[in-house]
Amino acid sequence: MFSETAINEIQEIRAKYPNSRAALLPALYVAQREFGWLSPEAYETVADILGVPKATVRGVATFYAMYKVKPMGRNLIQLCTNVACMILGAEKLVDFLKNRYGVEPGGISPDGRFSLVIMECIGACGTAPAMLVNDDFHENLTEENLAAILEKYK
Amino acid sequence: MEKILLKNIENPNSADINEYRKAGGYASLEKALGMEPQQIIEEVKKAGLRGRGGAGFPVAMKWTFASGDPKFPKYLLCNADEGEPGTFKDRPILEKNPHLLIEGMVISGHALKAEYGYIYLRGEYPEAKHILNKAIKQAYDANLLGDNILGKGIKFELAVHQGAGAYICGEETALIESLEGDKGQPRIKPPFPVNVGVFSKPTIVNNVETLSNLPYIIEAGGEAYAKIGTPDCPGPKIFCISGHVEKPGVYELPMGTMLCDIIFKHCGGIKGSKKLKAVIPGGISTPVLPADKLECSMDFVNMPKHGSMLGSGAVIVMDETVCMVKVCHRALKFFEHESCGKCTPCREGTGWLRAILERIENGKGTDGDIDLMLAVAGNMIGKTFCPLGDGAASVVQNFIKHFRPEFEDHIREKKCTVTG
Repeated sequence: MFSETAINEIQEIRAKYPNSRAALLPALYVAQREFGWLSPEAYETVADILGVPKATVRGVATFYAMYKVKPMGRNLIQLCTNVACMILGAEKLVDFLKNRYGVEPGGISPDGRFSLVIMECIGACGTAPAMLVNDDFHENLTEENLAAILEKYK
Repeated sequence: MEKILLKNIENPNSADINEYRKAGGYASLEKALGMEPQQIIEEVKKAGLRGRGGAGFPVAMKWTFASGDPKFPKYLLCNADEGEPGTFKDRPILEKNPHLLIEGMVISGHALKAEYGYIYLRGEYPEAKHILNKAIKQAYDANLLGDNILGKGIKFELAVHQGAGAYICGEETALIESLEGDKGQPRIKPPFPVNVGVFSKPTIVNNVETLSNLPYIIEAGGEAYAKIGTPDCPGPKIFCISGHVEKPGVYELPMGTMLCDIIFKHCGGIKGSKKLKAVIPGGISTPVLPADKLECSMDFVNMPKHGSMLGSGAVIVMDETVCMVKVCHRALKFFEHESCGKCTPCREGTGWLRAILERIENGKGTDGDIDLMLAVAGNMIGKTFCPLGDGAASVVQNFIKHFRPEFEDHIREKKCTVTG
């Protein structure tokens, strides 16, 4: 079930658009925040609130990379490995995360602390390699500074 | 050159409305609200402004099509789905100069008689979302947005719509689908968005940087603006440079600045004592150029004459240690991941090209692979709904065109001959 705050938030979002359907993407973000991921219960709730068919909601949720249709770790590492980051060593960082935290691209660390998603350019190419942890940008990453940065995400 | 788009961004409070107004912000809006919509379009025409999203389409022409459509309401959409790999030029405007964009959008809305605007912001910019929402609230509170802006009886409502990690939504009809709450798959044209766009209404989609030029065009006049840059591509351009240069980052320079000057003069040349190998000049979809072909003017008209494109002005610089097969492979992984799946040549072609490049990189390439890739690419170009498929195919064609021996070495030696 959604919290009352979340239901109100979706109603507020709804008012920014001429129809309910257009509020689907932002409503899915609210659902993802509430449930931690877009479980069937989460998107069915969105479908009910907005009056959009469940199959449509599922189709949209699975089309976009940033909607998570499986459970996630407590912190989400979104690491870019596209060309600008790759040529400055992003692949080594993927290996580092695997070795240090046991997290594979697309997976969760055994302790549930981190999920790792490989990104297709996050617009931080001038300070590559770069990642987002939850909503925070971290740039100019090296194998040396990565562990220290991740220290504060428990 | 005086900074127009990145003005004041060194000020830590540049995103605040009071700082923006102190530096003369929103004076152009007051001036524009005293002008007839058609007069504003005339100024944009005189300015010669071209869209900064990558295609370089003349803005006044797009605006005239939309403005001439009798249907109302009209929508103005700002494309802030900056997803072309290598591109980070709009991010400083969104995060440091949001009121410049808002002012540009209200002016454009008035010119187009569009009463509703959305900023389609990529999901990967959570900080920009927060900053834009705050700036929009400030603008509403100051009566610079709403149904009676500055008491002049003009209405413009603005909201942020956050994307969710789909590169294809930078294509304007996919962006419209996504704003309507659907999968971001391009529509077939015609009808064009200027006639049948979002919610079936006339819709104008312009890039962040494009719209951010409006306050200056109104302030200085179209003719003064047209004196910046080159005669057929006027104005300032934000270039974003990444990779192996001493000083990567964003640079606001006149349109038409030479590519070699961007790299060697503005960015301090190649990092360390390495040699330059190749440059992708306008984001990953634009054709790669080898080190000896960089004497070219970075603008929409001249770059095609040099075998590439200006694209988003995202310059990725690669030194001699970089393997071209690896870069090409990574690029195709990207295109395969981002293909929306709607049309066959792109959905299938990107995957096939990626698979062939993967086996070459893994030492399992065969003699016919290069020609096979060229054949696949040839069957994609011009056969897809939107430019994503063309981009993917042309990346392969151009890497092979300029670096064919490197691909041949990989196949023959069954390993990378650049990095060993």
